[in-house]
Parts: sequence; structure tokens; C-alpha cells
Amino acid sequence: MTQAVSKENILNILEQVLDPEVPVLSIVDLGVVRDVILHEEAIEIVITPTYTGCPAMDMIEVGIKSTLQDHGFENIILTTVLSPAWTTDWLSEAGKQKLQDYGIAPPQGGSKSKRALFSEESGIICPQCKSTNTEMISQFGSTACKAQYKCLDCEEPFDYFKCH
Amino acid sequence: MDNHLYNFVLHLGDNALILGHRLSEICGHGPILEQDMAMTNIALDLVGQSRNLYQLAAELKGEGATEDTLAYLRDATEYKNFLLAEQKNGDFAKTVLRQFFYDAFNYHCYQRLLMSNYQPLAAIADKANKEITYHLKWSSEWVIRLGDGTAESMRRIKMALEDLWPYTGELFKFADYEIACNTEGIFPDIEGLKADWDDEVRTIFAEANLDIPEEKWMHDGGKRGVHSEHLGFLLAEMQFLQRAYPGQEW
Repeated sequence: MTQAVSKENILNILEQVLDPEVPVLSIVDLGVVRDVILHEEAIEIVITPTYTGCPAMDMIEVGIKSTLQDHGFENIILTTVLSPAWTTDWLSEAGKQKLQDYGIAPPQGGSKSKRALFSEESGIICPQCKSTNTEMISQFGSTACKAQYKCLDCEEPFDYFKCH
Repeated sequence: MDNHLYNFVLHLGDNALILGHRLSEICGHGPILEQDMAMTNIALDLVGQSRNLYQLAAELKGEGATEDTLAYLRDATEYKNFLLAEQKNGDFAKTVLRQFFYDAFNYHCYQRLLMSNYQPLAAIADKANKEITYHLKWSSEWVIRLGDGTAESMRRIKMALEDLWPYTGELFKFADYEIACNTEGIFPDIEGLKADWDDEVRTIFAEANLDIPEEKWMHDGGKRGVHSEHLGFLLAEMQFLQRAYPGQEW
């Protein structure tokens, strides 16, 4: 492997790999990349799934390999870790801003109140008009990581990247 | 290989896969779009969890086993899922109630697996737990909405309760492999599971205006491979492609 390569170089390259379901977020923004380990003969990328059954993981793996290969790195080892489990806290601040700009409300608050069975998350900010006068339509949205909300002021429905 | 550990992991994987497959049958047939998506999202989580568990089981088994051979090349008598998981979808009330009974069990089961001294299982539980909490929230809300809804929704959920209650006893009739795993600290505190599940059900039923049925005869057998007639049909559909075109991958 080339000596000059640093972990930062690799992370910069991985910034180009986008989440196929939320194509404004890179897998680095999303927190799917846990670590980059430089071996003598190979580069190991440690990744973690957002949701267990996330169908985007296969595409993300292919994306990582092909993007690194485009930059001349041939020996790539992909390792998946489950623990510590991914939470929305892993989402970078830059990532949250990108979501907002794309029209998806970013997760608000930490991933704490796990057991509050009936307290739906309230005061979610509408990504269009910034009103907090919004209501949940459905706990489950277009992908496993999102819920459906509706703004009661501008009346736009929107996706909320749910706290997890 | 520790046989009881392998059997236990397989049992957990079978529960997730079989219920996940059942829910996936609803894809495109849900009563309304949002609930169709909810149920298929839950199916996706469950099938994902089963993959993690089968990968672990395959490692324990060795002998060339993979997640695919475990899912697609075992016959009904080798499956160890709860009978509850394989029951047919029926109407929406039955699908919801089956899910609620399972989620309430799973939630407390996986809370315990988090404490497992067997690290690979604790890691899977760590990941699955958040998803299961979300499932339990969904199914609890719907049990309440149907029970406390219209006369028709109440009639239907009562019918579902009549059908499904006899399948809940098996959840707490622990198999040899569960007891062995308990002794070794792999599956801690199974003694408290039933009380936790009872509490969960009592709380939600109280809000849903549903009564806990009186004690009666309960089915069992799933955990040791004795299944209802439904599982064979389910497997026939799920395994067809792999049996007809051997070696296909997920």
C-alpha cells in the first residue's frame, strides 16, 4: 500500500459515497463508517448498519469498494460491526444541515426516551416553513429510518429522520 | 459445538424470519397505505434480525452452513419458531394482536439478551432492541385503537384474542436449550419473563377495554419442531426459489 495514504485521505474519498436512500448524505455524515484501519497490504473499512434490515447496506458496500478502486486502492476489507449500535447521535452536524436543506427534518434531540410508549415526538420543525406546528401521520415512512409528518401551517407533508 | 447455544440462536432466528415472512405477505395488501408501510417496515427489520442470527448460527454449526442453507434448506420439523409466529395473518385485528403478543415478549426477551454473557448475541440484541421497541409501540397503539374503537373493531379484536390466546402459553414453556442457556448465563433471568409480559399485556388491555382470558389449554410444540399445518405452506412459498434453483444468494 502507498505509504503516503492517511486515514483522513480515505475518509475524504468516502465522503463521495452517498446513502442511496438519502442521496444528500455521505456515509461519513451518516455515521455508517466507524473506522478506517490501514494494513500493510489492504485498507479495512469498518461499517455499521443503521437498521438491521437496511436494504441500502449492500449498495453502500459496493459503493465503498468501487469508489476506493477508482482512486487506485485495490485491496479493501469490509468489516461490519453491530455493537455499539448505530443511533442518530452518530449523524454529523453537517449531515443534519444537509437533511434539512433536502426537505427531510433531521432527528431532534438525543436518542434517550426509548420507552416512552405513547409520547410521539412533538414540535418537529417543518423543513419547508420552519413551523413547529406539525403532527405525525405515521410512525413508519418511505424507508426504515423515517417517519411521516405533516405541517399544520404550510400543510406540506414531510419525512422526519426519526430519533433512534 | 454447543448444541444448546446453536439451537437457541436458531430458535430466535426462526421466530424473526417466520413472523417477518408472514408480515411480508401483506406488502401491497395493507388496509391503508401508511399501515401497509408500517407492517412491511417491521417485516424488513425482522428479516434483517433473522439474518444476523442465522449468520451466527451458521458460524456455530460450521460444516458449510450459511444463512441461506439455514433459511431455505430446512424442513418444517427442523424449524423452532413459536407457533404464534406462523399463524396466518387473518384480518387486520389478528395481524395486530399477533404482533403485539410477539413484540411484548420480544421486548423483554431482548432486554435480557443485552445482559447475555455471550457477546455476539448481546451485540445482535443491542441492534435489534431499538427496532423492537418501535414495533411494540406500533402494535400497542393499534391494540388500544381497535379495542377502544368501534363496535366492529372491538368484535374483531375479541375474535382475534379468542384465536391467538392459546398460542401464548408456549412463549413461557421453556425448551431444554433455553434452560441450558439460562444456566450458563447466555439467556439470563428467564424466570421473570412471564411476569414482565403479563404486565405489558395487562396495561395495554386495560386501555383497550379487553379482558385477559381465563386460564385454559395452551398449544405448544413449535420450539421442538412440532408445528401447525400452516408452516409447511409458508415454507413451500418461501423456499421454492432456492429448492428449484439451488445456490441462489440473498
